[in-house]
Amino acid sequence: MDKKFDPNLIRKEFPALCREVKEGVPLVYLDTTATSQKPKYVLDSLSHYYSYSNANVHRGIHTLAEEATAAYENARVSISNFINSPRSEQVIYTRNTTEAINLVANTWGRENFCRGDRVVMTEMEHHSNLVPWQMLAESIGMEIDIVPVDDRGLLDLMVYEKLLKKNPKAVCVTHMSNVLGTLNPIRSMADLAHEHGAVIIVDGAQSAPHMPIDVQELDVDFFAFSAHKMCGPTGIGVLYGRYELLSTMPPFLGGGDMIKRVELRRFDTNDLPYKFEAGTPAIGEAVGMGAAVEYLNEIGMENIWDHEQEIVAYAMDKLEEVPGVTIYGPEADKRGGVTAFTLDGVHPHDVSQILDADGIAVRAGHHCAMPLHTRYNLVATARASYYLYNTRKDIDKLIEGLYKVKKMFG
Amino acid sequence: MEDMYREVILDHYKNPRFRGELDPADISYEDDNPLCGDNIRIDLRVDDSDRIVECAFSGQGCAISQASASMLMEDIQGKTLEEIKKYSRDDILDMLGIELGPVRLKCAMLSLKVLKVGAYGVKEWVED
Ligand SMILES: Cc1ncc(COP(=O)(O)O)c(C=O)c1O
Repeated sequence: MDKKFDPNLIRKEFPALCREVKEGVPLVYLDTTATSQKPKYVLDSLSHYYSYSNANVHRGIHTLAEEATAAYENARVSISNFINSPRSEQVIYTRNTTEAINLVANTWGRENFCRGDRVVMTEMEHHSNLVPWQMLAESIGMEIDIVPVDDRGLLDLMVYEKLLKKNPKAVCVTHMSNVLGTLNPIRSMADLAHEHGAVIIVDGAQSAPHMPIDVQELDVDFFAFSAHKMCGPTGIGVLYGRYELLSTMPPFLGGGDMIKRVELRRFDTNDLPYKFEAGTPAIGEAVGMGAAVEYLNEIGMENIWDHEQEIVAYAMDKLEEVPGVTIYGPEADKRGGVTAFTLDGVHPHDVSQILDADGIAVRAGHHCAMPLHTRYNLVATARASYYLYNTRKDIDKLIEGLYKVKKMFG
Repeated sequence: MEDMYREVILDHYKNPRFRGELDPADISYEDDNPLCGDNIRIDLRVDDSDRIVECAFSGQGCAISQASASMLMEDIQGKTLEEIKKYSRDDILDMLGIELGPVRLKCAMLSLKVLKVGAYGVKEWVED
């Protein structure tokens, strides 16, 4: 891999980015926030695993079972290093961010919350960090407090501090908004949460793919992310947890692998991380996630972050020049590579549909953040998002496309 | 795509026919498509033989949802509620004159759904 960061070379490693949407119309992929494209390195690792090392993990004595187990566990070590987890047992494989958060809510949450206890969430959460807690709140009778988003698109930290005085048991917050792009000050939010005796659960779905993550430096208790947004396959994600918490939490799903010993009427739970990995896991996908992490490390998370900062600043400058465009969220230096916007007089679905004719893939809708859209009195936005493989040329095509939309609806 | 935004569709979107609300109305119903946030409300006035004498739609959403509502209003002029109950998905697609994928089909069908629930009365409506 070329050490010098060049998105034009990086693009070539992603087969999807080299295809045409239809004859003569190359793909301009601006929907990474929903899911990223996959580099050949990761695709090859999946193909290699399934072609030659496929076997069920653990307890196998034969060669393939040993290879599969080693690949599955080596990936865990890579991922653990990627987020600087103290021990790789603190990296629990899940299906995705959503399942990771549901795991915490249903084990740690169910064990620790009593009627009347409080949980703090924010107005910019993705549904996956709202609904699991709403479900728990409903069944236990907990109270939900919300940190609002201010007019700059940032969390109102004054309100956060006030809410902490009510002694919540947990704070659930996203590291980066998938709509506004806002990067939240997780370290200081974690310090404040801990001062007030609360556990902090961070949705890292949009940060882990785009910036260096150090869970010890962030000092978070739980951190969840998905492989598919960071060059890896779907079907695999991670829950990182503080060791003391994970080791005392009850198991999540019951079945094979999560047990040490089973009798007819009782069982002993297995050690970490297996306690939380019931049944045959997504082995090939875990291997693919490990490959994705290796791929990203090779390019360098700092480089990726710097590139996206440059691209998002360029995109915001260009978008702001288009009459009728409104961008939501903070200035470029306070956000990651996401721009959600509206175009006066045109529904975001129509924007997206017309852009698609020129091969430009942007998402339209509420992006699983309905409360946030309600806060802005919107039902939907169009969202263009950027990754290591996007270039200024992609942005230029987006802008050109938007002028086409305006002409059509003008 | 060029097809999807045919001149006639854009025309109905930009210059909707029968846009507004009727107060009082004999039949009013409203629904939305939570996926896209399209919203349509339809108000009808009918005579003694359940024939439509006045209709109006309101709401907001994408060009496909709003244009199909506007075209539908034009189409149901003077029809009876019984005739409305017979409207099908194909009638809407014929009216729009385009093909649609599953996501945009929901946008196109929202006004028909609202109209038919109104015509049947909420309780009798069964999704087809
Ligand atoms: C901020 C945020 N949190 C959570 C999720 C959910 O991720 P997944 O669907 O992989 O569970 C997403 C992605 O859609 C997201 O952007």
